[in-house]
Order: sequence, then structure tokens, then C-alpha cells
Amino acid sequence: MTLGATVEGIGLVGPGLAGWSASRERLAGREAFAAVPTVIPLPEALPATERRRAGKTVRLALAAGLEAAHMAGREARSLATIFASSGGESENCHAICEALAGADRLISPTRFHNSVHNAAAGYWGIATGAMAPADAIGAFDASFAAGLLEALVRLAANPAQAALLIAYDTPYPEPLHGARPIADSFATAFVLSSDAARGPRIEARIEERPAARMDDASLERVRAGIPAARSLPLLRALARNAASSVSLEYVDGQAVRVELRP
Amino acid sequence: MRPILVSSFTTATCLGRGAGPLRRALASGTSGLEPCRFETCDLDTWIGMIPGLEEQRLPARLAAFDCRNNRAAEAAIAEDGFEDAVRRVAGRRGASRVGVFLGTSTSGILEAELAYRRREGGDGALPADFDYRRTHNAFSLVDYVRARLGLRGPAAALSTACSSSAKAFASAARYVEAGMIDAAVVGGVDSLCLTTLYGFNSLQLLSPRPCRPYDARRDGISIGEAAALILLERCDEPRDGASWLLGAGESCDAYHMSSPHPEGAGARLAMEAALRSAGVAASAIDYVNLHGTGTPSNDAAEDKAIEAVFGRDVPCSSTKGMTGHTLGAAGGVEAIVCLIAMADGLVPGSPGTREVDSGLRAHYELTPRARRVDRTLSNSFGFGGTNCSLVFGRAAA
Repeated sequence: MTLGATVEGIGLVGPGLAGWSASRERLAGREAFAAVPTVIPLPEALPATERRRAGKTVRLALAAGLEAAHMAGREARSLATIFASSGGESENCHAICEALAGADRLISPTRFHNSVHNAAAGYWGIATGAMAPADAIGAFDASFAAGLLEALVRLAANPAQAALLIAYDTPYPEPLHGARPIADSFATAFVLSSDAARGPRIEARIEERPAARMDDASLERVRAGIPAARSLPLLRALARNAASSVSLEYVDGQAVRVELRP
Repeated sequence: MRPILVSSFTTATCLGRGAGPLRRALASGTSGLEPCRFETCDLDTWIGMIPGLEEQRLPARLAAFDCRNNRAAEAAIAEDGFEDAVRRVAGRRGASRVGVFLGTSTSGILEAELAYRRREGGDGALPADFDYRRTHNAFSLVDYVRARLGLRGPAAALSTACSSSAKAFASAARYVEAGMIDAAVVGGVDSLCLTTLYGFNSLQLLSPRPCRPYDARRDGISIGEAAALILLERCDEPRDGASWLLGAGESCDAYHMSSPHPEGAGARLAMEAALRSAGVAASAIDYVNLHGTGTPSNDAAEDKAIEAVFGRDVPCSSTKGMTGHTLGAAGGVEAIVCLIAMADGLVPGSPGTREVDSGLRAHYELTPRARRVDRTLSNSFGFGGTNCSLVFGRAAA
């Protein structure tokens, strides 16, 4: 049982990976890669009030999503969206737990409504005007592959509407960081459609064996250190743009096998 | 979409464990809400608590998953023959052909809240017994249910605040339609925690009384906890007495993080999409279970959307005066309310609501009454403006 799509656009923000187009040579192994700390761009698309309210997780997700929509030449508001993240709003979650452990338990109302797992989806709608369906899902370290499958079944159910997958994670502050270490911030986005003429094809299926590691040690450290970076094998294959097959971490010792046909 | 069979369901709410107590409360119009005495919470509000979760145990092999949220899941799994129904379907179809898609907004975050209080030296590391992955993380619930029921199919936690568990149905339906699975456990679980109690309090959205949806004097929500688990199955033949998921519709408000679009524009899109997906006209719906949280702006916005889609005649009610607003579990609980309404020939009422706001136009039902119900629509809307409507029917068309 396989699910297919055309990759029309890609977005990327990660350690040493400042945008998809700026990172292609590095990902393909034709330029040296060094995992310098992630720089999250400012979201120009958000109205000024919302820009002040949006935390770094939202800014990260929006940056990757907008890059992918732009590359696809698709209007952002036309896309169904799938937001995939292991823990979502890490900093808001920490701040709320901290406040609740204090004497007065005072939580900022903005902090609270920004703490929902679908905060990035909410801000995406406000920024782009998109009223199309938005999913917000999580599957711990398998969140990227779960998001990819969700995007592919959404596309299968409605081939006429292109789907935008945005996978993202930011580190928790301490002390949660100690219980759930996430190495740095990382986001990637894919505009997926059923229009075969508009880009390379991917075919995905679930397989009953664990995902493979990457041969490049620096990239492997990023892949293993951030749930959303479990996407790196696919990003590398797309950067090399050659027929190939990669395995992505899925739940419970399973993997999602993706075949790429440029 | 092609209709999907509802083969089994179970729930645990403040009314009790299993579908029985909910069914009886729907028939009698009684509420399970009580003054808040949860944990160390000092807020003046009412809540819906599942009885006996403090004593609830998980199977020994899954003890690492122990937290209030997974206890709530276990409280439901043990009722209504649900476990047997899932195992039968998994035996027939194969464990890898049964997916698990569950909604939750806060999962086991209560464990993190308590761990922060127990930090070494007050601001050091979290205690070593805090298991983030198996309690706090949103996927903990899905992981637990999957392991508990021996399932190996595709899985994800859906977390779009108060529409989470409604969206689980929509997601599972797409996996079935794509041929990836033959059956799925859907619905969701949310349990009491300080984050939501103090968080909704910070937004001044908690009522100091049991909530009164649609009432002229409504003044906020009552938070509840619940588990609602539903087994959906691909089925190509008619089945006597069965209920079906006929359609699902989703949309976004693209308006504000915690206030609904004032004209209910997103809500309207979701309901219209659900009717389209089911292939039925608005006039074919016999009962609408409203999101109906009981805040002044939520009910007013939803009412405008209802009038635009259905006019003023379709019987509507919110059942949150019975169960409380069970947040990420609400879509699942209220799907079960719709299934019971169809099976029992009943239009549910709205305990707590006395006098319907004269500014609202929908045909709002205050007390339960007997009536044939063949098709229902259930609304669930969440923070971030994420909306989902589901259509259920007694026949597969």
C-alpha cells in the first residue's frame, strides 16, 4: 500500500540550514556542513500585533511554510495544512508549568491561548487568511513521518487541493529540557500535490523495520537530536535530486519508506 | 466520503464509566457537574470529574504510562465490551490494519505540573520518576491505547484544542478511504489539570456556576474530563441497527487565537463541508449537537452559523451542562451523544440552561424528548480557530 505526491515546494530552517535554496549544496554533500545554531527569521507575513504575540515556535513554523509555498508558486491561503510537532509550544508550556508551581499561579491569557499544540496553525490562518482545513498532530519522534502520511492521505482524499506539511520543533527550556532533550530548533515544509508535472514524485509506504541512520555524522547528529529533523534523509535525497529511496523514523520500531523519482 | 461503520464505542465522563450512565443522563436531563475540589485548585468554578480515577490502575506491563489522562483512557477501555470488539476486528483484519487516531489537548501535562513543584532545591532538575514520553507528551495517549489493545497500524495524536477528537474521525476516515487501514480507534481523552483550569480562568472564561449554554445569563464554561473511544470499520454491506460516520468537514477561522469569528464564518464552512462530504442536505439532519460552550461570544457566533446553514427549525442543544466542556475529548463524547440520540430516538436537552437568550435564533432544546433521529451533526470548535463538524446516520446513505 503506497501513497504518492509531487513535491512542489520545500522550506527549511535548522542548524546550519538557513532556508532550502541556501542549503541544497550543503545537504547534497557538495559543500561543507557545520551545525551552527539555528537562526529563526522574523515573520513578515504576520500583522504587527500578532507578530508581537507569536512566540519562536510559531515564527519557526511560519518561516518554513512560507518558503515552501513561495517555491511552489502557490497562494498560501489555498493550501490545506498539516502541522506536525512532537511537543509544540515548548516555551509556553515551560512558562505555564513554572507559574503553576509558584504561589499565585498567575498565567498570562495570551500565554495560555498560545500554548495549544495548534498555535502555529492558528497564526498561519491569521497571517495568510487561509480558511482551508488545518491539522495539528504529534507522534513523539515519529512526528515528521506521521505528518507526511497525514498529508498524503489528505491529498488522496482530495487530489484537487494541494497540501502543505510543516514539521517543526523547538527545545524546551530547563528543567523540561533535561527530561526531553531537543538539540536545537528545526522546521521543514513541503507543498505536496497530485500534479505530476510540477516537481519530483515521492511514493511512501510503512515498513516493519527501524529507520536507517545517515552516513554523514554531522547530519546524523541533527537528525537524531530533533524530531522534525528525522526528515533529513528525505531532504538530502531531494537536494541530490537522483532516484533513490530513504527510510524515515515512524512509530514503535516501524519506518516510512519513501521512494524519490526526480 | 464512503460511509464508515461505527462498530463499538465507550466513554468515561463525570456521569460515570461506560456509555450507560451517559445514556441515562441524556434521557433524564441530569448533570454530572460539581463544585471544583480538584487537586489544590482554589478557583470558584464547577467541574466534571470521572469518578474514581485516583484509585484507577493500569495493567502492570504498562505501568510506566501511569498518569491521570491514561487512567481516564483505561477507565473507558474496560467498559462496553470495547476491548473485545477491538481485538475481534484486529484478529479479523490484522493488527497493522487498525489505526489509532486520538485527540487530546493537554494529555498528561498534570504530571509535569506536579513535577515542577517537586524540583530539587525548588528550581533544579525534575524528579527522576517523571516520564515525559509516556505521560506528558501528546502521543502518550495514543502510544498507551495502541499498546493496551495490541494494535500496529498507523497512529497519531491530533491536538487542535477543543476540536481535537472530532478531527480524529476525519483523519481516520481519510486513512480508510486511501486504503491504508480497514479500521481505527478514534475519539480522544482529556483530563483535569491546572493548566486548563488556571488558563481558562486567566481568560475570564470560567463560570462560577454550572455552565448554562445558550442561556440569556450564560457566563462561561465548566471544565470536564472524559475519555471517548470509538471503533470505526470499513464495511461495504448494509447492517441492521448500525450507525455510520457519513461525513466530516473542517475549516479554520483565520481570525483570532481565542475568540471565534463573530459571524461564525469558519463554523459555517465546517458544517457545509460536513454535509457535502456526507452527501446530505441540511434538511436531512434531525439533531445538531452544538459546540455550545456557554460563553457569550461562542454561543452567539455558532448560532449565526447554525441559522445560515439550517435556518431556525432543526432541533439543537449543547450537552456541556451534563458533562462539562471536555476540551480535546468533547468531539468524541458528543459523537457518542449523537450515536445514543439515534439509537434511543431521543433529542437531548441542556441541563443548567433555564431561559434561552432571546437574541439567539436556533431551535434550542432545554429538556430531552422522544423523537426519531436518523441523522445528526456534531460541532467542535477550538482555539486557533480550528473547526470540525461530523455527520452520523442510522443508514449508510
